[in-house]
Amino acid sequence: MPALNSVKLEFPSLSANEAFARSCAACFAAQLDPTLEELGDLKTAVSEAVTNAVVHAYPSEIGRVLLKLRLLEGNVLEVTVKDWGCGIPDVAQAMEPLFTTGGEERSGMGFSIMACFTDKLRVRSAPGRGTTVVMRKKFSRRIQL
Amino acid sequence: MKITGSCQEGVLTLRFQGELDHHVSQEVMAALSERIDAFLPRKCVLDLRGLSFMDSSGIALLLRAEKKMRQLEGSLLVTGVQEQPGRVLRAAGADQRLGITE
Repeated sequence: MPALNSVKLEFPSLSANEAFARSCAACFAAQLDPTLEELGDLKTAVSEAVTNAVVHAYPSEIGRVLLKLRLLEGNVLEVTVKDWGCGIPDVAQAMEPLFTTGGEERSGMGFSIMACFTDKLRVRSAPGRGTTVVMRKKFSRRIQL
Repeated sequence: MKITGSCQEGVLTLRFQGELDHHVSQEVMAALSERIDAFLPRKCVLDLRGLSFMDSSGIALLLRAEKKMRQLEGSLLVTGVQEQPGRVLRAAGADQRLGITE
């Protein structure tokens, strides 16, 4: 699907960039005149995806993270978070609620929250090659012209 | 992320201000543990009125704080939950596992 507008951001997998990434996504979504609830949901989903890349993709090094935002027809925002890290051996297991390899500092709810706060979630991963998370969220049309 | 608070008659009240994510969660948990260990309260109240954003890192932190208080035979109460943190807590079902009041 062709994008009406798009932006790509690449940053190192530093935890400080979690807030940067979700704020950028919220700024890009501003053109959709979102409700506060929609904006909160988007920020949460982006924060979860980027945190996964920071914590799990590069557990012992700093790697690259790509955030791609695409505005599609019908008030749909597509968010892609891509890394070139260690990958997920079993995606279905990783997506189960409460599953985590991160110890008690992690809740294991990241993917569940991404799924809950967006309309479509797709995760592709290959061990040693990285992970790509694609989420689509439809925003309400508040101004009818 | 800023934490302020006081302890009166065995009730430790801590006010969170800012955004709670993975970047700050370790530091916040350390500050929280330090205060609980210092005051050994029977009740810890986390006032989240000033918390504008929280993701699943915040859930893990709240559950850890609840567990810590339970181990001390005390209790944890979460109050003043704003819209976005509330949605995250409900989506994860954590609202059922924590004592939450308005």
